[in-house]
Amino acid sequence: MVRKLSTILATAIVASAFALPAKAQDSIYVPLFTYRTGPFSGSGIPIANGMRDYLTMLNERDGGIGGAKLILEECETGYDTKKGVECYEAVKGKNPVMINPWSTGITLPLIPRAAVDKIPILSMAYGLSASADGETFPWIFNPPNTYWDGLSMIIKYIGEQEGGLDKLKGKKIGYIYLDAGFGREPLPLFDQLARDLGFELKLYPVPADSMQNQSSQWLSVRRDRPDYMVLYGWGALNPTAVKEAAKINYPMEKFISIWWPGDDDMRSAGPGGKGFKTLNWHAVGTDFPALQDIQKLVVDKGLSQAPKNSVGEVLYNRGVYNSMLIAEGIRNAQKLTGKTVVTGEDVRRGLETLNIDEARLKELGLEGFAGPIKLTCTDHNGHRPAFMQQWDGEKWVKISEPIEPMADRVKPLLEAAARDYAEKSTGWPKRTEPCDKQS
Amino acid sequence: MDILYSIFIDPFVQMGSAPDLLVQTLWEGLVSGVLYALIALGFVLIFKASGVFNFAQGIMVVFAALTLVGLYEAGVPAILALILTIAVMFLLAVGVERLVLRPLVNQPDIILFMATFGLTYFLIGFGELVFGGNPKVMITDELYLPRGSVEFEMFGGFVSLQKIDITAAIIASVMVAALAVFFQKTRIGRALRAVADSHKAALSVGISLNQIWIIVWFTAGIVALATGIMWGARSEVSFALQIIALKALPVLILGGFTSVPGAIVGGLIIGVGEKLGEFYWGPLVGSGIESWLAYVIALGFLLFRPQGLFGERIIERI
Amino acid sequence: MFYREAGQFKTNYAADMAVFPILQDKIGIAIILALALVVIPLVGNAFFLSVVMIPFLVFALASIGLNLLTGYTGLLSLGTAGFMGVGAFACYKLTTIFPEVNIIVWIFASGLFSAAVGVFFGLPSLRIKGFYLAVATLAAQFFLQWCFIRIPWLYNYNVSGAIEVPTRTLFGIPVTGPNASPEMRYYVVLGLVILLTWIASNLVHGRIGRSWMAVRDMDIAAELMGIKLLPTKLLAFAVSSFYCGVAGALMVFLWYGGAEPEVFSINQSFLILFMVIIGGLGSLIGSFFGAALIYILPIVLRGAPSLVGLDIGAATVEHLTFMIVGALIIVFLIVEPHGLARLWQTGKQKLRVWPFPY
Repeated sequence: MVRKLSTILATAIVASAFALPAKAQDSIYVPLFTYRTGPFSGSGIPIANGMRDYLTMLNERDGGIGGAKLILEECETGYDTKKGVECYEAVKGKNPVMINPWSTGITLPLIPRAAVDKIPILSMAYGLSASADGETFPWIFNPPNTYWDGLSMIIKYIGEQEGGLDKLKGKKIGYIYLDAGFGREPLPLFDQLARDLGFELKLYPVPADSMQNQSSQWLSVRRDRPDYMVLYGWGALNPTAVKEAAKINYPMEKFISIWWPGDDDMRSAGPGGKGFKTLNWHAVGTDFPALQDIQKLVVDKGLSQAPKNSVGEVLYNRGVYNSMLIAEGIRNAQKLTGKTVVTGEDVRRGLETLNIDEARLKELGLEGFAGPIKLTCTDHNGHRPAFMQQWDGEKWVKISEPIEPMADRVKPLLEAAARDYAEKSTGWPKRTEPCDKQS
Repeated sequence: MDILYSIFIDPFVQMGSAPDLLVQTLWEGLVSGVLYALIALGFVLIFKASGVFNFAQGIMVVFAALTLVGLYEAGVPAILALILTIAVMFLLAVGVERLVLRPLVNQPDIILFMATFGLTYFLIGFGELVFGGNPKVMITDELYLPRGSVEFEMFGGFVSLQKIDITAAIIASVMVAALAVFFQKTRIGRALRAVADSHKAALSVGISLNQIWIIVWFTAGIVALATGIMWGARSEVSFALQIIALKALPVLILGGFTSVPGAIVGGLIIGVGEKLGEFYWGPLVGSGIESWLAYVIALGFLLFRPQGLFGERIIERI
Repeated sequence: MFYREAGQFKTNYAADMAVFPILQDKIGIAIILALALVVIPLVGNAFFLSVVMIPFLVFALASIGLNLLTGYTGLLSLGTAGFMGVGAFACYKLTTIFPEVNIIVWIFASGLFSAAVGVFFGLPSLRIKGFYLAVATLAAQFFLQWCFIRIPWLYNYNVSGAIEVPTRTLFGIPVTGPNASPEMRYYVVLGLVILLTWIASNLVHGRIGRSWMAVRDMDIAAELMGIKLLPTKLLAFAVSSFYCGVAGALMVFLWYGGAEPEVFSINQSFLILFMVIIGGLGSLIGSFFGAALIYILPIVLRGAPSLVGLDIGAATVEHLTFMIVGALIIVFLIVEPHGLARLWQTGKQKLRVWPFPY
């Protein structure tokens, strides 16, 4: 408590010390939508810390990006759409270069506004999957994967385990998910894959108010005995699912999740969670120069709200990855326009021509942290491969090579969904934004 | 015909063909029922003695569990943390009585109900400020709570009972028994019952209402702590737990607001009903019906007994 | 002194029963309307209009709806958000099936759907009372929310499972969708709220309102006096749900501009119940006060630290906001359990006799 208060105080003093001179020099305003409160704060806190710390580190180490100091401001959404929309309206007038809503519920109402307000939205691997289509959604970016990509990778992985996708015929795959837009989104692809590959799909929806009380879902799992279980959960749903799975002796190595379970979730789940697998596209741990810098320049100096040992955990690093995209988007925009202080419109162009290759990752001090990513005017996602990681009881361990998503299956779905969205929203604007050459 | 078959016949065929699963479902239902009943018990205690529909019971569960784990994480030994948490719940009871109940004495029910909303907000903010919003792991081992499961061979299958669930059931029964003894045999218990019957009559024979309220809120706090430990062990200690407290509402309605046995029986009916419903009938409509099934069950009972199963008969006079 | 009705004589029944019987009240309401119609859109910036005023009006409308049911008829309901959701989804379906019909027509029509659903869930109210009735409405809340998630037809099979608000125009000016200006949206919401408040005011001052209040005060007595309970209670459910449905449609179409079913969760129902109780049960103006206090206060509190130059973490501000709002609710209840509307009355009385104490 005392320590927390003192860090808060320290941040306050430091921030207020910055606030004055920052006005004098060039600065870029980056709002961060975070949720450190509410029922989903367990996932929100490490992400918020990671996002904030990486950008603070850039301020500390390089004095910002390209000579422009980053003005960071957190807006607390509590994962509540109402407050998220309020946050958006509050920051809109301060020339933000981009918005990271960190909630699908908040992203959806912001999508149509982005083009009008000229503020790009970066919804990293969440939000509307269809927004990967840059032709229809020039202002929305959701790299590096969609939930459909994620599902196709999980199925591919299961196929590998069984010795080929054709071996899935006659198998039973169970799908336990949060009964909301997020969990329901993969259903069309799942159905299609089940038909094409000949496996049987069993659905176990978990209503949002029963997240911590899943015994009936897991009883059904016990009855149906699926060969594999796939999990799309969030917040308290994840640890409870792992606990319940352990309770019915479900083999953990056959229980595979999308990328959201964090270290805290697994610690709550207890020793029974050993062997549980999730997808991921970036490394865990702190063995990267950039993360070392965060430790040295931010955490050790008391500029972070993160407990020291949480740096390098999976959701913390996800926040870092998100901020790396923000920073690279801004830097790219500076390069494209030659300006130091860029606007939302510039950053949209910057994100659209984003090309982080291995060499660039090395420069960033993030070599081996994640795979390269390249966005184009048509593809705002990248559809990057992800790998499988397994919980060994204490930490996540990478256990597979990167798995490519099934582009041939995901792409038609994405295009259809984007077309559908544009058709249903009468007057959806045609793309008028010119396409920049890849830098 | 197929629909009728799958509604009226197929579930029972399933029950008959896999009796071990039926037993397991019943057990899971009973366990959730016990846990719902524990939350409902806290409501009933307070409603009986002070006529307050205490919406804050849910957050008290979270707050108690958070305090316990928070103190432990701050380096206090587990048992001492438990004692300190009980002390905190006592302070909370005193605070509520002094600052909320006493100034609001003799106000309509709905106003007191609303005041507990205020209390809920306050405790959410306070709890997050002090202990942080991130979920915590319940300290089951340190509190000497058993882990693992017992498995029985039965009807050619197996039934597995979690030791923690068995413990929950035992603790709940012990608590109800203790409360029964406390209500029936002790001096304070008699005073409590007197207050429940009539505030004015109790005051006139010299029972201190304020003291009684502190005792009831404190008891409800201890019940909340027990509930928090049990739910926390099943999942995690986080603010999401307060959502589960809503499940106590149908239990209360079913059992009646003023009856301790009602809370228990109501909890068991709701627990078993919703698990059976979800497990055998849920797949017909795509599952996930648990969220509203409890309310529909309660509504069904209410249409026949508008005052709940064990509630006092409502006599209306002009 | 300031608020005297001396010299204002009522010469007929209608004048005596008027909603604003005193000249000062009439002037007051005229000033408020002028403020709302002219000054606020001129002075307020986009943030003020779209984050403070539009949501405030939407919540006020929903509170009026709930107040008609809970405050005037004495039927406790916790299903408000569910009924709002019905309105929103109905409006979405109607406007996508018949895009050429004006959106304002559909907003009203969606209220009718909500009213029908409300009547259905109001049926048990004849037999069940008080907190017990709350469970029937909770069943509505959870069942409706389940339907919003589970029936893809309701959201036109959108992959995101959410309502995506299309652009609709009124006299060629967009009122919904991203291109609608905050001023336009504000005027539409304000116009509807004024109209519906006026209707509600007439309802509660007339025969229907009096029969509602008779039922609230004691339903058996009301029945003996010849008020048919079932039609009266069901009418209350219908009108209340109509208001909530319109509020829900306004919320999604003119405020959020796209929403997941999650926004119609039980918390929303509780929030509106707070507004009604804090504002004052059985008072229309109280609904506005309650909505202002519960919705606007946290926004002010969140903004306060940065205004006075304090830099506290966003999360800490949020925690403190929760604590302060909670404490203030209790304080308000202690100071005036009958809600802000009663405080308003007391204030007027004080003004009337000022500078004398009585």
